[in-house]
Amino acid sequence: MLVPASTFSDSAAKLGNVLEVVAVFFAVLLLIFYVAGKASGKLEKPIAILVFLVPAVLLLLIGLIIPAIRTFYYSFYGATSVKSVGFDNYKWAFTTPAIQTVLKNTLLWIIVAPVLATALGLTIALMVDRMKHQAIVKSLIFMPMVISFVGASIIWNFVYNYRDSSQPQIGLLSKVVITLGWKHPPNWILSSPLNNFLLIVIMIWIQTGFAMVVLSAALKSVPDEIIEAARVDGAHGFRLFSSVQIPMIRSTLVVVLTTIMIATLKVFDIVRTMTGGNFKTSVVANEMYNQTFVQFNNGHGSALAVILFLGVTPLVAYNVIQLRKERATR
Amino acid sequence: MSAGALSADTATATAPERPVKAVRKSLGRPLITAAVVALAVLWTIPTFGLLISSLRPARDVVNTGWWTFFGHPHFTLANYHDVLFKSGFGGTGGLFPFLVNSLAITIPGTLIPITIAAMAAYSLAWVRFRGSDAIFFTVFALQVVPLQMTLIPLLRLYTHGAHIGSVQILPSLPKGTYYPVWISHTMFGLPLAIFLLHNFISRLPADLMEAAKIDGASHFRIFRTIVLPLSTPALASLAIFQFLWVWNDLLVAITFAGGQNKVLPLTGRLAQLNGQFGAHPELLTAGAFVSMLLPLVVFFSLQRYFVRGLLAGSVKG
Repeated sequence: MLVPASTFSDSAAKLGNVLEVVAVFFAVLLLIFYVAGKASGKLEKPIAILVFLVPAVLLLLIGLIIPAIRTFYYSFYGATSVKSVGFDNYKWAFTTPAIQTVLKNTLLWIIVAPVLATALGLTIALMVDRMKHQAIVKSLIFMPMVISFVGASIIWNFVYNYRDSSQPQIGLLSKVVITLGWKHPPNWILSSPLNNFLLIVIMIWIQTGFAMVVLSAALKSVPDEIIEAARVDGAHGFRLFSSVQIPMIRSTLVVVLTTIMIATLKVFDIVRTMTGGNFKTSVVANEMYNQTFVQFNNGHGSALAVILFLGVTPLVAYNVIQLRKERATR
Repeated sequence: MSAGALSADTATATAPERPVKAVRKSLGRPLITAAVVALAVLWTIPTFGLLISSLRPARDVVNTGWWTFFGHPHFTLANYHDVLFKSGFGGTGGLFPFLVNSLAITIPGTLIPITIAAMAAYSLAWVRFRGSDAIFFTVFALQVVPLQMTLIPLLRLYTHGAHIGSVQILPSLPKGTYYPVWISHTMFGLPLAIFLLHNFISRLPADLMEAAKIDGASHFRIFRTIVLPLSTPALASLAIFQFLWVWNDLLVAITFAGGQNKVLPLTGRLAQLNGQFGAHPELLTAGAFVSMLLPLVVFFSLQRYFVRGLLAGSVKG
């Protein structure tokens, strides 16, 4: 059976409409360009600014700035954003046991995932640095980067799947540990706190490729003369690595670490898809969604969003300062 | 990345690979090679397992591990057939309609923000006025705002419109359409896109712009005939990232299109199905692979742009 005719025509119509919207967008833009291009003299510059810049500024204002301010404001209001409640939502976040678990989990995520992903990425970058065919290895390790978190979760469901040990196993992890002699492995995803680490493994699996590519490029930029000089001075193997190569790429290392940390802090899809935040695996980004769109409590949701924002800001600021320094030294 | 790395890291990225020098003569090379190969295999096995699962009959997927496939190869394309060709829009059988939705969201969700960002970047770099630096800095700083900060107010805006007093200044958006998702992706994509394109466009040779000015070209003409063609590499890198970001996104999708199968993309549907693991394992396996196919094709065919973009700054949201 082929696609039902109705589905097929629906699809064609839908995509047709979408392309029409895109075409109209560009047609209108060209028309505006044409008309605005006629302006000359004193008017030329203001009109150019109006056409080029104002759309973006308006979108950012409506889409990011105003909503962020409103979320901040809602975080001091009740579930339906009508009654002012002072700092109650923040009190709730830091005193409710369930949310304390969420905050602890988030802390665990932002320490374990970035450190391990960066360490692994660095190790692999060093190892492939001298290899032939390194492009193939790099591609394979890098590949998870382009897979959606949702896709990754489905992939890892086939690793963490649990069956009673009397049944034939379909989860790879269970199969491996049973083969190795652990007769009754636990139901991985349900066992806290182990399940948190298992979810973090997925993040590491995704981010290691990123760390590897960036650090590999940084290692290549260390001048050969420096390596040569160090070797003449008697630095080999691990010593060469720890006292020459690592210090040379330290700022990149820090940027990679904080970058993965920022991504980890915002991680939502993995938890949402794997456990929905159940079994004590929730993190701030997921809990924010839960509070807002499942519990319908705007106050709680907004407070969690603000906490997330406060967590991200110093990291981004630190990143920017690091990059400034790096640029200044070059 | 917090996106500042463009100038710092692209330099290292584009540095040509030197021939391996004798100095770097390796110790224990076979051991290292073996370790690297083992890691690469380890990294690939989970994905490979899913690929095998997607090619097995639904009954086998539920009853036996994918590795038994090699002992008893039962090979079928039925899962892909079901995923692609069953059911229609608004239904829950196949995934084809959701795939169409993904495309319908991603095409405008990539083209429109990049166009608007390129225009803004050009004006910030070459149509200078008092305050353009302040605007640029604000745009840069906006990258710290997590998506989560904006969801509740935006959802309200889309459903109720915006009012000042009783005067409606922005209309509400019709439910069950792509508009909220398109607009959201456009707004969320802008800070990084403007920042990266500004880095690139501001370094185009000033002589070129001035020569065009002297020839009487307007800003609009310069933008179309000089800036856009010269910025193709930057635009390509950015387009790949925006495409991947929109295609793989779940949060924006379920917030602004959640519960509406008419417009929900593939990621949203797969996340639902994964929540009820066992209900449709065959749809999950093949569906996940279908959803990965386009990103993987883009990745392998445009790897150079991809890596360049990554080094320039890849993390946002």
